[in-house]
Amino acid sequence: MPFTFHDPAEESHMAGFEYDIMQEIGRRLGRETQFTQNDWDGLIPGLQRGFYDMVADGIEMTPEHVDALDFSRPYYVTAERIVVRRDQAGLDSFDRLGGHTVGTIKDTLAERMLRSRTDVTLRSYDEESNAFSDLRNSRLDAVLLDGPIALYYGEADPDFRIVGPPVGHLSYGIAFRKGTNQDLRRRVDAALQTMVADGSLHRILARWNLWTPEMAEWTGDHSAPDIVPTEWERYLASTAPARGWSARFYRYAGFLPLIGRGALLTLAVSGCAMVLAVGVGLALALARRYGPSWLATLASIYVEIVRGTPLLIQILFIFYGLPSIGVRLSPFVAGVIGLGLNYAAYEAENYRAGLQSVARGQMEAATALNMTHFQALRYVVVPQAFRVVVPVMTNDFISLLKDSSLVSIITLTELSQTYVRLSSTYFDYFGPGLMVGAAYLLLGLPFVRLARLAEKRLAVSERHGGGRH
Amino acid sequence: MVVFFSMFCVGCLRLPETYPSYDDHEIADPVETGSAFCVETVLRAESLCKSFDSHKVLRNVSLTVERGELVSIIGPSGCGKSTFLRCLNFLEIPDSGVVTIADDSIRRNGGPWRSSDEALAHQLRAHVGMVFQSFNLFPHRTVLDNVMLAPRVVKHVTPSVIEAEARDLLAKVGLEAAALRYPSTLSGGQQQRAAIARALAMRPDVMLYDEPTSALDPRVAEEVLEVMRALDREGMTQIVVTHDMRFARAASDRIVFMESGEIIEIGDPDEMCLNPNDPRTKEFLGASL
Repeated sequence: MPFTFHDPAEESHMAGFEYDIMQEIGRRLGRETQFTQNDWDGLIPGLQRGFYDMVADGIEMTPEHVDALDFSRPYYVTAERIVVRRDQAGLDSFDRLGGHTVGTIKDTLAERMLRSRTDVTLRSYDEESNAFSDLRNSRLDAVLLDGPIALYYGEADPDFRIVGPPVGHLSYGIAFRKGTNQDLRRRVDAALQTMVADGSLHRILARWNLWTPEMAEWTGDHSAPDIVPTEWERYLASTAPARGWSARFYRYAGFLPLIGRGALLTLAVSGCAMVLAVGVGLALALARRYGPSWLATLASIYVEIVRGTPLLIQILFIFYGLPSIGVRLSPFVAGVIGLGLNYAAYEAENYRAGLQSVARGQMEAATALNMTHFQALRYVVVPQAFRVVVPVMTNDFISLLKDSSLVSIITLTELSQTYVRLSSTYFDYFGPGLMVGAAYLLLGLPFVRLARLAEKRLAVSERHGGGRH
Repeated sequence: MVVFFSMFCVGCLRLPETYPSYDDHEIADPVETGSAFCVETVLRAESLCKSFDSHKVLRNVSLTVERGELVSIIGPSGCGKSTFLRCLNFLEIPDSGVVTIADDSIRRNGGPWRSSDEALAHQLRAHVGMVFQSFNLFPHRTVLDNVMLAPRVVKHVTPSVIEAEARDLLAKVGLEAAALRYPSTLSGGQQQRAAIARALAMRPDVMLYDEPTSALDPRVAEEVLEVMRALDREGMTQIVVTHDMRFARAASDRIVFMESGEIIEIGDPDEMCLNPNDPRTKEFLGASL
């Protein structure tokens, strides 16, 4: 916020001044604009692997970025601003931050500026909302952030205020993959130029209360058209702390479609991943127990490697690493494969234990009846092992449901990511937290019941005897 | 059972009688397959050797079984009798020797067991049914399903045909009423009879029994032995590894005595019990007193 975010008034819509600018550019290029959401960390990697053509999300045109990416001309220029608690005095310039703890967002101009100050204790955050939380709780004395963020998080909040003059200078540009799409970039530049010339950029920014003296200086447009900052006011109204239970209730009810969509994605990713995990896990277990020794060894190596490395790394590697050898997967497929192959290793160990629990005589009896190895496994051994394994499997599925939150790092807005977005929009970690937690519980509930049922059935069949086997 | 067994052995030692001695030379000698192979012969094992690590479990074991015979294999624990039985249908792979059953033959010369060998073993096993000491019924399937499974998945016979046959077999072993019950709800004797029906469903030429009554008490064991006697009367060829001397003597056509991985003596049941040729046979039967 206020760059591109879910419209607080109507959560299923996107909003933001960048969203408006991109829409306008799209119109001028005569193109349908397809928006893709991604985490800030994943934006540039996603661009470089060709997941989308251009990125506009407060990307500063720093020398490092200009080396790695192609940029349009800037669509916004601004500065860093200091935000403090309303009652805090004496921190009203960059120089006076010395001796204090100051927060900012990582990989920004503000961070680089603060890092050069040895007398400042620096805290870097992924999410601006977390920085403001810590400011509110006095874990920070001040935050130094890009102008629009300072305005929307700091000035809009009665607890904070912006103090002192602007610090430094920065420009946001639309980023393109290095060396490609030169034609598109030229057309975007041209569109931006006409938007400056005919005042439409001015109007968009004014609606968001983001037309600043810096912008006037940079565009040479010193006019002051009478534009009501409608978006700014709408934002103030919709994010103002909800007073009273009914207001709160309506706000939370408005979250339901988003949470529902997140839950669906979580369920879809987890479900597909589990199917993959069961299939691959069974193959691995069979290979380890009944396969030729070279195959058994390969399967063990796989299991050890997967269990010995973090799931997070595996998912990032599959999504961002594999394209370097020419394997490009959509975020959903990459998420399913990452989770599925990871859980396959754990499932394999379960199934191996299950297979081991089936008496050797069962295989011999099947062989003596002239079944092939495969038929013996298919009709005799695996069905028996399966009954032992079901309770463990359902527990694994519940874990997988929760671990699926890791796919949010590869641009999938599942339940956890929905929580992060909602709570950082409203500064409200409480209500959305309860709602998302409840959604996870609801998703997991059928499997908890299934596990209970399976355990009960197994207990019954064991009480019935079978001790002879 | 011990009491029965002792009484019977005492009896057989007290009443010496002369029976024509069985010519076991022809059987013990390793014979080349081919023209010498008799049409009546169903199973022939020649010079089977098997070692587990450095321990020699079978040393040149040879045996020929005629169609319709019931042959009991006796001997002290660890003498290799079970291993020998399991080598006949390649549940255990012999290191060397030849096994011929009906018209299928597998020769082993100590090489590795390849998938082509496994294919041969698959053909050969089609002639053989096996019954285990611990029954090894499939606990997740009903008795009827246990009997029907192999004909269905291995022979691809029509389900209706299989079911009719399976029910006939269950009737034959006295289990028609238990068809839809699960193995764990049956007594040991019923389970073993179900296991026999399951093996018969594949229409074997030879039935192998690995201590079929050792896990059962004598009263229940009798049900199982009765089924085996009935099969014998119908002309089924059966090889039984057993500790039950009473059954071995009363029901067998021949008894094979093994010790330390070798066949010591093959003979007529009464003659072997009354007048064993080898002192080791005598010692084993004597120790059973």
